[in-house]
Amino acid sequence: MRQVAIYGKGGIGKSTTTQNTVAALASAGKKVMVVGCDPKADSTRLLLHGLCQKTVLDTLRDEGDDIELDDILKPGFGETLCVESGGPEPGVGCAGRGIITSINLLESLGAYTPNLDYVFYDVLGDVVCGGFAMPIREGKAEEIYIVASGELMALYAANNIAKGIQKYAENGKVRLGGIICNSRKVDNEYELLKAFAEEIGSQLIHFVPRDNLVQRAEINKKTVIDFDPESNQAQEYKKLANAIDTNTMFVKPKPMTQDRLEELMMQHGFLDAL
Amino acid sequence: MAINQEVLDEMLLPYPDKVKKNRTKHIVRKNPEEGCQQIEANTRTVPGIISQRGCCYAGCKGVVIGPIKDMITITHGPVGCAYYSWGTRRNKARADDITPPEHIYGAMCFVTDMQEPDIVFGGEKKLAKMIDEVVEMFHPRAINVCATCPIGLIGDDLGAVTKKASEKHGIPVLAYNCEGYKGVSQSAGHHIANNVLMENVIGSGDAEKNPSEFVVNLLGEYNIGGDSWEIERILNDIGYRVQGVLTGDSSVEEMKNMHIANLNLVMCHRSINYIAEMMEEKYGIPWLKINFIGVEAIKKSLRDIAQVTGDETFIRKTEEVIAREEARVLPVIEHFRKICTGKTAFAFVGGSRSHHYQYLLRDLGMEVVVAGYEFAHRDDYEGRQVIPTIKTDADSKNIPELDIKPDPELYKEAHEHLNITKEKFDEICSRVPLGNYEGMYPDMNGGTLMIDDCNHYEAEQLVKDLKPDLFFAGVRDKYIAQKMGVPAKQLHSYDYSGPYAGFNGAMNFARDVANAMTTPAWKFITPPWEKESENTGDTNA
Repeated sequence: MRQVAIYGKGGIGKSTTTQNTVAALASAGKKVMVVGCDPKADSTRLLLHGLCQKTVLDTLRDEGDDIELDDILKPGFGETLCVESGGPEPGVGCAGRGIITSINLLESLGAYTPNLDYVFYDVLGDVVCGGFAMPIREGKAEEIYIVASGELMALYAANNIAKGIQKYAENGKVRLGGIICNSRKVDNEYELLKAFAEEIGSQLIHFVPRDNLVQRAEINKKTVIDFDPESNQAQEYKKLANAIDTNTMFVKPKPMTQDRLEELMMQHGFLDAL
Repeated sequence: MAINQEVLDEMLLPYPDKVKKNRTKHIVRKNPEEGCQQIEANTRTVPGIISQRGCCYAGCKGVVIGPIKDMITITHGPVGCAYYSWGTRRNKARADDITPPEHIYGAMCFVTDMQEPDIVFGGEKKLAKMIDEVVEMFHPRAINVCATCPIGLIGDDLGAVTKKASEKHGIPVLAYNCEGYKGVSQSAGHHIANNVLMENVIGSGDAEKNPSEFVVNLLGEYNIGGDSWEIERILNDIGYRVQGVLTGDSSVEEMKNMHIANLNLVMCHRSINYIAEMMEEKYGIPWLKINFIGVEAIKKSLRDIAQVTGDETFIRKTEEVIAREEARVLPVIEHFRKICTGKTAFAFVGGSRSHHYQYLLRDLGMEVVVAGYEFAHRDDYEGRQVIPTIKTDADSKNIPELDIKPDPELYKEAHEHLNITKEKFDEICSRVPLGNYEGMYPDMNGGTLMIDDCNHYEAEQLVKDLKPDLFFAGVRDKYIAQKMGVPAKQLHSYDYSGPYAGFNGAMNFARDVANAMTTPAWKFITPPWEKESENTGDTNA
C-alpha cells in the first residue's frame, strides 16, 4: 500500500487534482482510499457525486466511541473508498487536532486494509500546525506531492511545505515525490515550475493544463474521468496518475530562501516573458 | 548554622555551565557585611529542571479564587485540572449570617470536562450550557470560569461566553484567562485573579460604613486548616471588625464591600499585594504588611495595627489580648520548645511563607538554614525598595496591568481613612511600616541560604549535606525528604493539621513539629538488611 499526501496553497486545486488522479488510478484498476483532511469536508465531492453527508468527527460527536467503519467510509467512483475527517466551524475549536483524532480513529477501526493499493490524503492549505502534518508523520504517508502554479504565492506556499517535509524527512521515511503544476496560464509557467522543482531537488511530475471542462465536470459533481473519459483533460489526469504510479524519484527536499525564490521568479517568469 | 561555600560549589558542580550560571544567580548565601544581596527571581525555570513551581491556573484557581465559598468556580478544561486543584489546600469554609450552607460550594468540583470532540469543535457551547445548568441547579451568587491550557490553544472566547451568561442570568460570571502555560509560575495566576476581582467585585457593593467601627480587610489569607478563623478571633477580641478576607472563608457578598475598610492587612505579600496597591490607588486605603505566624510576629503585627489606628483603646486592648493569650499558650510552647531548640529546618514554600514560618520556628529555638520561595519576585526577598529596579520581561508583560484611577467619590487620603490628622499619620508612618515590606532577607541569619525556585536535585543535595532536622515543602518534596530520614511537613496544606496562624496556631505548630521530629519512625528508615552498609546517608533504597 502506498500512502500519498497532497499539499499545496489554498485554492490551488488540490481536491480537484487529487480526485481526478484517484479516479484515473481507479479506472486503471487500482484500489484507492481517499482521506479528506479539510474541515470543509469537500475533498471527496466529485468521487461521491455530492458532499459527504457525515464526517468522522461529526460521527464521533454524535455517536460517541461506538463507531462502525461503514458509518464513515463511503464507496465512490470506481470502487474508491472515501472518508472526510471534517472539523469545526471556521473560527472555533482545533481543526488540526481534529485531523489527528480522525486518522487515529481510522487506524483503530481497521480502515487500512492490505487490499488497498493507495491511500490519498488531501490536506488543507499550508502545514499550519502539527495537526496538518499528521498525514506525514511516521507510519503514514511516505510520498508527498505538492500542487503549485506559476504564481508567486503558490510557489511560496510550496516552498514552505517543502520546509515541513524536510523536517519530517530528517527523522522519518517521508519523501517528496514531485511537484504537480495545476496551470493558471501564467507566462512561462512550465519553465518556471520545472526550474523550481529541480532547484528544491525534485521533479515536475506533470503539467496539468487549464481546461474549462474541469469546471463543467465539477458543476455536475464529477471528475473529468467520470464526466468525459475520452476528453484531452481526462488523458492529462491519466498521464499524471501513471507518472505517480511509476514514480521512483523520492527525495528529501531542499527548500530555498525567500530571496532565491523571488530571483527564480524573475529569471524564469517575468524576464523571459518580456 | 553557617553554610560554607564548598557545599554550594559541590551542589552546583554537575550543572552544565549555562545552567550553573543561571542557578548561581538564584542562590544567595547571606553575608551580613554586605548590603542587601541581589537574588534573581520570577524568571523562567531552566527547561529540564524539575521545579517545585505550579502553573498559572493553579495560582488563579487553586490559590486565589478557589477558596471563595459562595462562588461556583468552573474549570473550563479537562477533568484532571479541576480534580487536582480541588480541596488540596484545605481552605476551610463555613456558613454564617451572610452565607447560608446551601451557598457554600467548596465540597464540590465543577468542570466542563473537555473531551476530544470538544477540543476539536470548540468548547464555548459546552461552557455556556454548563453555566446555565449550574445556575439552574445551585443558584449561586456569582460564578468564576477559569481557563486551562487547551482552552487558550483552541481559542475559546471565555469573555464573550461569560458576558452573555452574566446578562442572561443577572449574576456576575467572571472569566479568568489563566491558561497554565502563562507566565513563569503560579504567580501569574495570582495577578490575573487579583485583576478580575478588583475590576468586578471589590467596590461593587453599596454597604455604608458604620463610623464607630474600625474596619479591616485581611488580604492574602486563605484559611488553610482554619488559619483565618484564628486570626479573626484575635482581631475581633481587640475590637476590629473584619469586613473581608481574601480569600479564605470569604464570600462575594463581603468582598463587594471591602472598599469600606479603614485599613488593609496584607498577610501574603506575593499573591495579593496587587489588590492592596490597587485599593490604595483607587480608594486611598492604606495597607500594612502583617504576619500572624509565630507569637513574636503576631505581637508585632497586633501592635503595629493598634499604632496605625492611633486609638488608645485599641492600644490598651491589644496589650490585654496579648497578655491573656500569652499566658495561655506560652507554657505549652515552652514544653515543646525544649524538644525543638537548637534544631535546624529547610523551608521551600510560597512567596511569603518561607519567611512567615521563620518566626514560628524561632519561637521554638529553631533556625531556618535554607529558605526559598517557589514563585516570589525579588521584592519578596529583598524588600519593596527594589521594585523600581526589577526588569520587566516578556513574561511579566504578558499579564495585563490595570489602569486604576482614584475613585471620584470614594477616594480619601490615607489619614482620612484612619480618622487621624495628617501630622499624626506622618508620625505613625515613621514608626510603623505602612505600605512597605522588607522581604525575607533582613530576617535571615548570616551564612544561611536563600534559594529561589529550588528544584528537586538541589533540595536533595542540601538535605544530604546539611542534614536538617525538619523539612518544609509541598507534597512533591515531602516524601523525598522522609525517605532520606528527615521529617517533612507540607506547608501548602498543613498535612491534616492546623490552624498554624495566631496564638492557637503557634501551639498546634509547636506540638506538630515536636511530634514530627520525635516520632520513632525515623529510627527505622534503614531496613535491617542494609544496616551493614549504613552511614552513607543514601537511603534511597
